[in-house]
Amino acid sequence: MVERRFEHQLDDLKEELLKMGGAVEESIAQSVHALVERDDALIGVVIDGGKKIDEWEVFIEEECLKLLATQQPVARDLRLIATMIKINKDLERINDEAVNIVQRAQVLNTMPLLKPLIDIPRMAQLAQGMLKDALDAFVNRDVNLARDVCKRDEQLDLLRDQIFRELLTYLQDKSAADTVDRAIYLILVSRHLERIGDNTSNVAENVVYMVEGRIVRHQKAEWWEAEEKKGEQDSTYSGKRSDE
Amino acid sequence: MSELQSSRVVPETATVEIEDSIIEVENLNLHYGDAQALYDIRMQIPKRQVMAFIGPSGCGKSTLLRCLNRLNDLIESVRISGTVKVGGDDIYASDYDVIELRQRIGMVFQKSNPFPKSIYENVAYGLRITGESRRPVLDEAVERSLKAAALWEEVKDRLKDNSLGLSGGQQQRLCIARALAVEPEVILMDEPCSALDPIATGRVEETIASLKEHYTIVIVTHNLQQASRVSTHTAFFYLGRLVEVDGTERMFTNPRLKQTEDYVTGRFG
Repeated sequence: MVERRFEHQLDDLKEELLKMGGAVEESIAQSVHALVERDDALIGVVIDGGKKIDEWEVFIEEECLKLLATQQPVARDLRLIATMIKINKDLERINDEAVNIVQRAQVLNTMPLLKPLIDIPRMAQLAQGMLKDALDAFVNRDVNLARDVCKRDEQLDLLRDQIFRELLTYLQDKSAADTVDRAIYLILVSRHLERIGDNTSNVAENVVYMVEGRIVRHQKAEWWEAEEKKGEQDSTYSGKRSDE
Repeated sequence: MSELQSSRVVPETATVEIEDSIIEVENLNLHYGDAQALYDIRMQIPKRQVMAFIGPSGCGKSTLLRCLNRLNDLIESVRISGTVKVGGDDIYASDYDVIELRQRIGMVFQKSNPFPKSIYENVAYGLRITGESRRPVLDEAVERSLKAAALWEEVKDRLKDNSLGLSGGQQQRLCIARALAVEPEVILMDEPCSALDPIATGRVEETIASLKEHYTIVIVTHNLQQASRVSTHTAFFYLGRLVEVDGTERMFTNPRLKQTEDYVTGRFG
């Protein structure tokens, strides 16, 4: 087998993408910490980090395009580069949501706490775990883990709905008009976290494409469960090769 | 396909059913003296499509191509078993007329090989040797063939000129026109662009794409990008065996077998 320079270029790019992924994970953690612990110092850190990630995203996209132009990749290599271009974009969007969260925190931290935050940290933890696993699935070409990430997205949607219902009671309470802005901001935070979950699902879906060559977007959690069962039953499942 | 009961290790293959095929190869084995060059090839060539044969040097792709119009008959030490059917007729049957076969299946070679005659006579040659001498028939065939090979506009005012004055790319398209003149069903092309520059290659590729409306094309190429550009189906060969056949898009985005993937991505070969 020939050692190819192209292979090294792909490995370098993969590593670069993972480093960016690590930074994005960190930034989700910091954004929620800034809100929950009312830690204003972290707000600037996340916003500055966001600018760096924007530059990182452009760099990775440019490198991917160069490889497409100069190497004319096919099959596995083509799927890897296409996947990296997409994951790159997903990560940048996830980071934008983290920046949105600190912007809400910037306002909320100047006001008294509306209520103890329970579900928002839960959502954050879930979302971070999903992102970590999605990136692990990418490195290890682990389709089962990717499917599991997609399934977990449903839990985030449920928590967002729960937060919305809970905060709706504040909005409906006419005697507590001064709580409206805080309630709306918290609803927005739950929305940002839910969007992080959606984008993370996209990362995981792209991993399935990279490994199996099937585009599996726009599916519900039940579909992913059925897929998982199918995968367990059929060891010769499409895309899986005996040598992998 | 029958289940292989043998205990020896049979290399993995992945093929797809071709619905409307014009050529069927069954259990084809070919030896050059003691050396086996093709092992148990079973495949179908789809009608009015472009099938590319790819694989590293010595994988048997050109040998198989030459089996399809019995060019290997000319080599003394060759032994062939199995069958090749064209439109249902076994071309290796003892009573099969090879002249008729060569008319049904034309061939274009790696190096363009026009006759040292005029452009017109090159294209008319195939018809003349079948006894056709009526001028209007020949005129019509020459114009039609040169048009189909996308050469007409470039040569229509100098049909009497010697063909050797044409550029390499034009000569190759002239050879395609010459093959088309006798109205074959299938055209075999063995590395038809390997001696051409990128622009001439582009013209020949355009020609191939337009020919598939009326003809079946089988092309052997070392240029994987060319295979992915011009063909509708791709067959990958390795060490005399057919490894994988599928639609070209699938072969170049998500082939079934790792061996194919390693080859098309340039990991070996």
